[in-house]
Amino acid sequence: MTEEKKAKILADLIDFDPVFLEIKELFLSNLVMISEIPAPTFEEQERVGFLLNKFSEANLINTSTDEYGNALGILPGTEEGENILIVSNIDTSVDFTADHSVSVGPGTVTGPAVGNNAVGLAAITILPALFEKLGITLKSNLILMGSSRSLGKGSLGGLRFFLKNTRHPIKAGICLEGMNLGEISHRSLGMMRCEIIYNTPDNFDWRMFGRIGAIETLSEIISRIREIPIPGKPRTSVSFASIESGTAYSLVASEGILRFEIRSESEEMVIMLKHEIQNIVAEVSSSYGIEVTMDVVGQRNPGGIPFTHPLITSVRDIMEALDIKTTVQPTTNELSAFIDIGIPAVTIGITNGSIKDKNNEEIEIGPVSQGLKTLLGLILSVDREEYDES
Amino acid sequence: MNPDKWLKENTYHHSEFVNIADLVKEKKKKGYKISLCIPTLNEEKTIGKEIIIFKSELMNRVPLVDEIAVIDSGSTDKTREIASSYGADVYLSTDILPDIEKKKGKGENLWKAIYQLDGDIIVYIDADIKNIHPRFVYGLLGPLIYRDEVMYVKAFYDRPLAFSDGIRPTGGGRVTEILVRPLFSLFYPELTPIIQPLSGEYAVRREVLEKIPFPIGYGVETSHLIDIYHKWGMEAFAQTDLDQRVHRNQPTRDLGKMAFGILQAFFKRLSAHDIVKYKEFESNILRQFQAHDNKFEVIEIHIKEEERPPMIDIPEYREKRGIKIKP
Repeated sequence: MTEEKKAKILADLIDFDPVFLEIKELFLSNLVMISEIPAPTFEEQERVGFLLNKFSEANLINTSTDEYGNALGILPGTEEGENILIVSNIDTSVDFTADHSVSVGPGTVTGPAVGNNAVGLAAITILPALFEKLGITLKSNLILMGSSRSLGKGSLGGLRFFLKNTRHPIKAGICLEGMNLGEISHRSLGMMRCEIIYNTPDNFDWRMFGRIGAIETLSEIISRIREIPIPGKPRTSVSFASIESGTAYSLVASEGILRFEIRSESEEMVIMLKHEIQNIVAEVSSSYGIEVTMDVVGQRNPGGIPFTHPLITSVRDIMEALDIKTTVQPTTNELSAFIDIGIPAVTIGITNGSIKDKNNEEIEIGPVSQGLKTLLGLILSVDREEYDES
Repeated sequence: MNPDKWLKENTYHHSEFVNIADLVKEKKKKGYKISLCIPTLNEEKTIGKEIIIFKSELMNRVPLVDEIAVIDSGSTDKTREIASSYGADVYLSTDILPDIEKKKGKGENLWKAIYQLDGDIIVYIDADIKNIHPRFVYGLLGPLIYRDEVMYVKAFYDRPLAFSDGIRPTGGGRVTEILVRPLFSLFYPELTPIIQPLSGEYAVRREVLEKIPFPIGYGVETSHLIDIYHKWGMEAFAQTDLDQRVHRNQPTRDLGKMAFGILQAFFKRLSAHDIVKYKEFESNILRQFQAHDNKFEVIEIHIKEEERPPMIDIPEYREKRGIKIKP
């Protein structure tokens, strides 16, 4: 971004602080209300309804949901044709029955999935008010989206569906994460999310040699996976996420599920590891005469836009001008869906936060203004830049 | 009034008032000023959220509420600091009407709100609600704004009990079901259609609030219902279903204290209304028991349900409101 363009953007945002102060309560109340609506993946409807109400109140056009349950609205620009998509996932990994109460302290908000990703959604809900109060009109249409079926087995389903079926050509995507202000993601890691499922056949003869159950078998598989040499370059990892098995002390576990993710900067490495693990599973399955299968439940392809892409240089320039310390991290979030179909995209964090315990995240209120200012600056830069399609 | 008829005509659901813009239009037409009062004592976990949501949704976005005030009994946590930082008017109960004898209790805060706040209608909302939502306020205001004859609107809920590992879908209201409703059924059967007489959320017109006495403890809600019923009849009441309210669950022993206070306020009214005559209580000591090894120990708790007079009897109030002659 040229110095002249940067200066113009910063000048347009000169009134940001007092304007944000005016609507800070709106941001916080939306954050609280969004967080308190349970939205486990595939059960996001109530939260979608809330967002659509907010979009309607903000007089967005084409406020609607789609077959995948995304929440969508458009803040129209002055010129036909170009569209910028701002997206944040609606779903959470918090169970429907968990206590979703949020607590607001002097400088923090604490509650389930507050950081990932109610902050991102709350940011989206106040964008129309911010633009209106700052008196900024965009050339491009700003498509605001709460994406459904994003996490776990959802595997970015909502965003992928929208990008595949929309009639609005997307110039660039900006993905919002609640936490990690200053973190910029422009590359997507290759990722494969898998489940290894153990089932004892009905006719299994427990007198057979070994007579082990699901827990021992899955443990053995874990040990074998850990013996696979993992290269340091390209950066690769296998991370075990959860294991479910067993019912009582006195019973041999007859069923079990092991969930894990393979991540790598190299697609070939992801595929190679998948084959190796499939071989281990097949060997264990045949050795003990039991049924162990492996399913792939989610996948991301590695890729991204270069560090020198104008989208990335813009966000770095804006953060630098706002004294925000930047770091660059690869991601497996919404960015991957854009990258897969060649749309330039970036992920940014809105504030700082941390995971408090199993169900609660805590975000800091103070840095939110910096995160939103970055977002607005980035939107302005995309709106005013011409991107080389190649 | 026939309880069934009352129930049918005076029971609402908050969704009937979801069009807040219409509510505001009617409020402006009638020239009402509306105050929201949140009585507190060590509520730092929930107070910030309540104020943010009410201020953002009901003051900034639509001007339904004109002032939000926290009246605090002397919290030792950050309740007042948090409430103030999010824009509520925060008062220490003892600083209001400082020249009168000091008393401590939730009812005291509610009573002092009548002096301190300016609204023609005051909405009282407890500070310990975990699932706070604007409906808690607009649901209660709806009947008062649309119907001039309604003086007092009470909330009711499908009350879940909150536990650390999840939320049970039903339960709660134990003191209501085993104490207050049987008492109402015996002595004030017309009041029985009020589904949750002890709920801490209600909205009331000033002209009523200033004319009723206030027990400062547990008996405040029960006595309000009886006193308003006597002065204005069942037509003055309405109730609104606010769906769910998630709050702290109280141990049975604390409910015993609550029942003890309620009974005192209740019997005072039975006597005043010549329904049951008694001279005075034998004692104001509640005796509860605990087992220590193989021995039982008595715990004696002194609970005297003191009452404040109607606010209109307080000279400072009459002076502040420009009321020349004591009615």
